[in-house]
Amino acid sequence: MNNESMNNGKPRVAFFDFACCEGCQLTVIDALQTHLDLLDAVEIVQFREAMTEKGEDYHIAFVEGSCTRASDEERLKRIREQADTVVALGACAHLGGINALKNLHPLEDVRRWVYGDKADWYETYEARPISAVIGVDAVIPGCPIDREEFVKVVKALLLGKKPPIPDYPVCVECKLKENVCLFHVGKFCLGPVVRAGCGAICPTFGDGCEGCRGLIPNPNENGMKDVLAEAGLTVEDVLSRFTMFNAYQIQERAVEEEGKWLP
Amino acid sequence: MATLKVDVHHVTRVEGHGNIVVDTRNGEIKECRFEVVEAPRFFEAFVRGRPYYELSHITSRICGICSVGHATTSLRATEKALGVEPPEQTVLLRKLNFHGEIIDSHVLHTYMLVAPDFLGVGSVIPLATTHTDVVLRALRIKKLSGDLCATIGGRHTHPISMTVGGFTHLPTEAELGEMHARLVDARADMDETVALFATLPWPEFERETEYVSLKKDDEYAFIDGTVVTSDGFSYPIEDYRKVTNEECVPFSTAKWTHHNRESYMVGALARLNNNFDQLHPRAKEAAAKLGLEPIVTNPFLNSAAQVVEMVHCVEDSIHIIDELLTRGIQSEEPPVVDMKAGEGVGSCDVPRGTLFHHYVYGEDGHCTEANCIIPTNQNMANLNHDMQALVPQIMDKPQDEIRLMLEMLVRAYDPCISCSAHFLTVEFV
Repeated sequence: MNNESMNNGKPRVAFFDFACCEGCQLTVIDALQTHLDLLDAVEIVQFREAMTEKGEDYHIAFVEGSCTRASDEERLKRIREQADTVVALGACAHLGGINALKNLHPLEDVRRWVYGDKADWYETYEARPISAVIGVDAVIPGCPIDREEFVKVVKALLLGKKPPIPDYPVCVECKLKENVCLFHVGKFCLGPVVRAGCGAICPTFGDGCEGCRGLIPNPNENGMKDVLAEAGLTVEDVLSRFTMFNAYQIQERAVEEEGKWLP
Repeated sequence: MATLKVDVHHVTRVEGHGNIVVDTRNGEIKECRFEVVEAPRFFEAFVRGRPYYELSHITSRICGICSVGHATTSLRATEKALGVEPPEQTVLLRKLNFHGEIIDSHVLHTYMLVAPDFLGVGSVIPLATTHTDVVLRALRIKKLSGDLCATIGGRHTHPISMTVGGFTHLPTEAELGEMHARLVDARADMDETVALFATLPWPEFERETEYVSLKKDDEYAFIDGTVVTSDGFSYPIEDYRKVTNEECVPFSTAKWTHHNRESYMVGALARLNNNFDQLHPRAKEAAAKLGLEPIVTNPFLNSAAQVVEMVHCVEDSIHIIDELLTRGIQSEEPPVVDMKAGEGVGSCDVPRGTLFHHYVYGEDGHCTEANCIIPTNQNMANLNHDMQALVPQIMDKPQDEIRLMLEMLVRAYDPCISCSAHFLTVEFV
């Protein structure tokens, strides 16, 4: 980012949302409780959840939500053209997330189920991450995002550094917290293959990791299979659990391996 | 369950852009309405096939602002379907978590979205410089409510430990004790909040309508109860369709609802009107200072009613923690679910009004049908009727003033187009 593109030395930042619950933008608002000084470091020119003012001249775009309509693509491309840096904010933008659960059903069935004979009134297609439509420079994973991680990523972006997103599994953070492994108490957890950075918050609160931060780059799938076998579980059990946030990735993989999009 | 399919499109939050269209050519109102264009997300279609223990985790993702409300309603629907009765401690902890969310949502709406209108600014951000103490107070209350939710559910947005019949993690008595102390301290912030909002010049506008909420015998209802209306009707939660009577309107992807009149209102004002006597005495004092005496028929005062509910929830949270600490936190595992096919309806009065989740489960505990009816949708028809009544009263004012007034009206309903009617476009045709 050069100085000319700055306003009073502050980069201009905008927030956008597509299909999502806006919980990640709320987490951003919550980050201000403890990091009000963020407002000194950037100028927010567009943030629908919180402000009326609207500027179209921005450098960093945070995009929450998945792309679920052909007409969303145009809006995403305009954001990409304007912004120097596009950041996928949260699981919906990063992975397709919960919205992609609908991809597991035939689209026509989903539309008829919800809208009956009015299905044609409402535009929709398979939910996808924004990276399926435009280039993405950085990702803040999670459903919702982690407040502290958001602050860290913003700081890194402002310093021109690579955002510090871990590529090791949730288990690492869970062990550091000295949690009892959930597999040892008969519960199921995706922690061994899912990206850390959340502080293993779900296992810490007694619930198995649901995979909202996506797979780590090189998951030890055989190791995971051993863990599962010990717990009397199958790969199918994992896949079914994994679809909660990663249905799009599972389908992409099926296309790569079998040349077909499921279902 | 044959009619279930028709209802489902309500699952999508009224998210995205809402438009106010006003056409007053030749001094006559040709058109005057609030349009909603939803981004459909198809929750009711894609929860089919998912196991019962996932439902509250999936449906909390309908809304980032009231995810505790969705999770709690979802759990009640599942519990009724599968015949699970949560123990007393779980009921108390859920109430506490719910209060945290009511405070969180209301402080966000009243301070950060409504107050800027009265102070002539476009957002809360400039207020950080001009009204620092007010903004810091708002952030303090927001942090308290968020921390209260996190103490019980792990985090506010998308609670983790709430599960069918219980919790997968319990707060310690020390953690609850700390929250207790902070809630007691928050009374000062509540007093300041009531004092601040009592000075605001709420727009003058009255239109009586039917007010719908839950009601319980022994407390100001948020979780469970019966559905009641200010016109004297009462229904078990399972009969929710007798209240919601949905209909399609051509210019809105949100279906409208009506009951005894052309429309009804849900939310803080409806609850205050229907259940005023059950408010905590301090909340009643706040209501008096804010000039609220049922039946309140000015919809702009929904935001003032939210202030009253914040006071109530702070007081009731203190009371609940007292009770929990007296009982002592018992280490309880969630009950083992005896799997069987079943159907259940859960209902809670979430920050924006009465929410319904209705599920059918097959014998394997996987969901086969689902229906969710969201408060914002139930308010759409009423909001439109308010607009149509308001516009003739303010038609002679400058366009900017009319625009602001209509935006403020939409905002007063706190619609979940993400708290932000601030992004509304007002078209003068």
